[in-house]
Amino acid sequence: MDFPWLTTILFFPLLGAALIAGIPGSRKEAIRQSTLAVTVLHFAIALPLWWLYEPGGADFQFVERVPWVDTFGIEYHLGVDGVSVLLALFTVLLMPLAVLGSWRYVDRHVKEFHILMLVLTTGMLGVFFALDLFVFYVFWELMLVPMYFIIGIWGGERRIHAAVKFFLYTFVGGLLMLVGILALYFYHEQVTGTFSTALADLIALDVPGDLQTWLFLGFALAFAIKVPMFPFHTWLPDAHVQAPAAGSVILAAVLLKMGTYGFYRLAMPLFPEASRTFLPVIAVLAVIGILYGAMVALVQPNMKKLVAYSSVSHLGFVMLGLFALTTTAIQGSVIQMINHGISTGALFFICGMLYERRHTYEIERFGGLSATMPAFATLFMIVTLSSIGLPGLNGFIGEFLILVGTFGRYPWLAGIATIGVILAAYYMLRMFGRVMFGPVDREENREVPDLSVREWAVLLPLVALIFWIGVYPRPFLERTEPSVERFVEILEGAPTPAVAEADGAVIVAADDEPVEAGR
Amino acid sequence: MENLLWVVPALPLVGVAFNGLLGRRAGKGVVAFVGPGVVGAAFAVAIALFVHLVGLPAGERELHQTVYEWLVGGGFGAPVAFLVDPLSMTMVLVVTGVGFLIHVYSVGYMHDEDERGFARYFTYLNLFTFAMLLLVMADNFLLMFVGWEGVGLCSYLLIGFWFADRDNAEAGKKAFIVNRIGDFGFLIGIFLVFSTFGSVAFADVLPAAGAALTVGGTLAFWIALFLFLGAVGKSAQIPLYVWLPDAMAGPTPVSALIHAATMVTAGVYMVARLHPIYQMAPSALAIVAGIGAATALFAATIGLVQNDIKKVLAYSTISQLGYMFLGVGVAAFTAGIFHLVTHAFFKALLFLGAGSVIHALHGQQDMRYMGGLKSGMPITYWTMLAATLAISGIPPFAGFFSKDDILWRTWDAGHPLLWAIGFVTAGLTAVYMFRLFFLTFHGKFRGTDEQAEHVHESPPSMAVPLAVLGVLSLIGGWIGIPAALGDPLGGLGNAFEGWLAPVFERGEVAGELHPAVPPIEYGLMAASVAIATLGLLAAWWLYVRNQRLPEELSLRFRAAYTVLRNKYWIDEAYTLFVVRPFNALSAFAWRVVDDGLIDGLAVMGTGRLVRFGSGVASRWETGYVPGYVLVFFGGALAILAYYLLG
Repeated sequence: MDFPWLTTILFFPLLGAALIAGIPGSRKEAIRQSTLAVTVLHFAIALPLWWLYEPGGADFQFVERVPWVDTFGIEYHLGVDGVSVLLALFTVLLMPLAVLGSWRYVDRHVKEFHILMLVLTTGMLGVFFALDLFVFYVFWELMLVPMYFIIGIWGGERRIHAAVKFFLYTFVGGLLMLVGILALYFYHEQVTGTFSTALADLIALDVPGDLQTWLFLGFALAFAIKVPMFPFHTWLPDAHVQAPAAGSVILAAVLLKMGTYGFYRLAMPLFPEASRTFLPVIAVLAVIGILYGAMVALVQPNMKKLVAYSSVSHLGFVMLGLFALTTTAIQGSVIQMINHGISTGALFFICGMLYERRHTYEIERFGGLSATMPAFATLFMIVTLSSIGLPGLNGFIGEFLILVGTFGRYPWLAGIATIGVILAAYYMLRMFGRVMFGPVDREENREVPDLSVREWAVLLPLVALIFWIGVYPRPFLERTEPSVERFVEILEGAPTPAVAEADGAVIVAADDEPVEAGR
Repeated sequence: MENLLWVVPALPLVGVAFNGLLGRRAGKGVVAFVGPGVVGAAFAVAIALFVHLVGLPAGERELHQTVYEWLVGGGFGAPVAFLVDPLSMTMVLVVTGVGFLIHVYSVGYMHDEDERGFARYFTYLNLFTFAMLLLVMADNFLLMFVGWEGVGLCSYLLIGFWFADRDNAEAGKKAFIVNRIGDFGFLIGIFLVFSTFGSVAFADVLPAAGAALTVGGTLAFWIALFLFLGAVGKSAQIPLYVWLPDAMAGPTPVSALIHAATMVTAGVYMVARLHPIYQMAPSALAIVAGIGAATALFAATIGLVQNDIKKVLAYSTISQLGYMFLGVGVAAFTAGIFHLVTHAFFKALLFLGAGSVIHALHGQQDMRYMGGLKSGMPITYWTMLAATLAISGIPPFAGFFSKDDILWRTWDAGHPLLWAIGFVTAGLTAVYMFRLFFLTFHGKFRGTDEQAEHVHESPPSMAVPLAVLGVLSLIGGWIGIPAALGDPLGGLGNAFEGWLAPVFERGEVAGELHPAVPPIEYGLMAASVAIATLGLLAAWWLYVRNQRLPEELSLRFRAAYTVLRNKYWIDEAYTLFVVRPFNALSAFAWRVVDDGLIDGLAVMGTGRLVRFGSGVASRWETGYVPGYVLVFFGGALAILAYYLLG
């Protein structure tokens, strides 16, 4: 048998957590350093996947499949495609940065914090690696618990409220998904006579229309909450504002992707007909989210809340691209998942750095910081521009592919979504200007120190990725394209349900004469 | 040569890397060398390319280089690839040539900055040059868009260069956001192009425009119009011009390079570059011409009454860009580009001259406190005179030839009304430009005594670029002398038209095909010289001869004066009708929809409902055992009854 890459990568953090558990809680610095070492080593172990994964190879690679609960047909079944391998690698890259980013911020219960971070890592990777619905669900819930504690223990003043809201929201979503999984599971037994929770088996099922609709709705709701899609997003600003910097970073950079990834991996391929039936609803909600998130972001007085609402807007783009069902748009969505992780992750790190200096997120309390923190100003500017989608940086790659890929099918939706590009510049530059430009009109802003070496180490890898993906995105796009094409085939190959048929006609017409159809 | 195209944009990029990463430590001396040096080197390579291009037969003057595949996803693909033909060659020469002069000038102008500021300035300026070169050398829509937004970014950064002043930062932000509105149009245009042609490469799209689009068809119209929205933003035309006057907050060399000579002309270049598409959309072209003419006149009227020397030049730039759009809008693409080139010379010079004056007066920009600077600043004075004559259209200065070309072609294409607007604007241009000139250099000095003592000519790094541009303002137009004036230079003819002919040959209006020069062309030419001279004399009469008169006039025509002084209240109107309502709507979305309805009513309401429900349910849990027994029996009876009766 080949080397079990995924299992190694998956459980390495737990091993690390066990190690950290052995260090006395009073030795904070030792705990931080050990966790950093564990996460860096973890990244080193995972990195070979970047080269070992063959873009043109099998659908799923590094597959491990061993029976787990035989009687129920549950298997320990892991594997990655181009999309999940990138998301997993990005997650693993992010963890050392998150540890570095909370070096000063987290000073209570340091040991517990770092153990939870490592458990969380395993939870997140499990979701990306799972090819069995039961395994998926286990890791999905596993990931929820550490995050709940991270917000609830190390959060801001209203952390309990935020944590409970976060938990209830995602938990309700999770339950719906569980019901869906069980229903599918029994339906599979009913049709084939055998129990299975393997993703491939369940995708092969031809679920009848009504059932498919209900199941899709269950899964879709679970994932839409996680994304979060308008109007299920209100847990996000609370969670972000209250979470510690590292919590916000992971929440934005990885946990939100669980929602879009869930659509990509489960909800859409499992229920292709229903996906197409609800496509117009979701696409419209996505576009509303783009504009609405941007507008609400515009008027936020709190930096973190602004970035949180900007996530609603950005993930609207990702959802729109996914449901446009063209390879171009979905390629854009996939790369945009990474991009949003990079730029929003970096933005939350930046918020955290400002908080460590000034103990506030209120935009009004800053001003003129470019003069006192020039290096910080430069990196903050680059991250801001990445978030705005400036061509040459990473954000543009995703947004453009999404919009150009959607435009061929839904010119009006894509056109309206493009307004989000204007608004992004508006709210981001407004924030940047108020925080960084103008006179230093508050005494306490006069002496803030510029970036420390540790902070450089946090931001530089992300800035490097911003340029890499912006200037030369091919290595990323190449790895995901075959997987995305396969995804489109699954969805396009599905027999067209009655409701979608009328839609289909529009789609065909749109292909020929996009403008005419749009008008 | 073809494989060397990438060198041109790469050179300024080297400057960006050096000045950005090492500039502060290397010191001002090194930055002052590297910053202009890389642009000068790019200019040298551009000259070599030009010589190479001229050596080729006219029909083969087109160089391509694909550097790498950049953005590929699904069926979409766009490489980083360059195209140099006579059109982009012209732009490259202007960008690197004028750009180089302004870089050199900046060394003197920005001398008071500290190491960090100096390095930052040249980093931005080099980055701008790089982005601008991408814009004009791109061989596809998407790379052009990269340059397009890149120059916008540099504009933002440089307008707000002195960011400690809140107003500068706000002006930069305004420029970026207004430009983004235009870029929205550009993007939609690209989407439409891709869904129509299946490619975004100029080489695929432009030759196919005739076949894929129908003349006057809606698709052609919308593609052209959306792309033009991008041009309207970048080139500061009605209704998106409002950012350019505010952009004067940046250092003056920046105004010269970005907000006069190069970036703002990108829209004109875009329309010219995409002329095969525009030709399929006559009504879109009519809109281009109409907006151009309207902007030309509108901005000129505002320019008449501004007191800030840079604001006059800003409105003048908007007005002159209007001329260029009028030119390309009547399908006189060569004329539009010709004016772009001469304007780059004289308007860059005007800004640099103004900068020289501001420099001498330690930051004074209000012309009411200038005057009589002629004697103290001879080089600035004489070069400014050349530029002022050029922009006013007095022969044989550069502006005369290009402006007259546009006016004549407008008339010739059958648009007497547009011609009349351009004609009146020409008169106004002479008035406001000589108003500026006389107020600044003639009469008595109206500033403080201290300033008067310190008035000095600028250092050589500033004076030499002024002199070079002064010469170009004089002779720059001689490359495009119309056939009507014969061939005074012996063999040069209308070299510019011949040079661009391969690019526009299929598109040009029939102007140059007229075998004989119609007498009316001489008439119109004489008329425009006359009105320019009249404007000059009027300015002299008002601002030299009868210096009280302007004030009397402003009192006499108070209403008109107030309207112009307040720039038609356009900024205020935008604030009132666009910005504030949008912000209010956003606040409503947050407070009412998000906090109130979604979170308050729906989410927390559900929570409360659950709590209420569980409260009701918990009442059943009384702990009173006989009660449970009773319920149990009741239930059992009910089930029994169900089976027995059912």
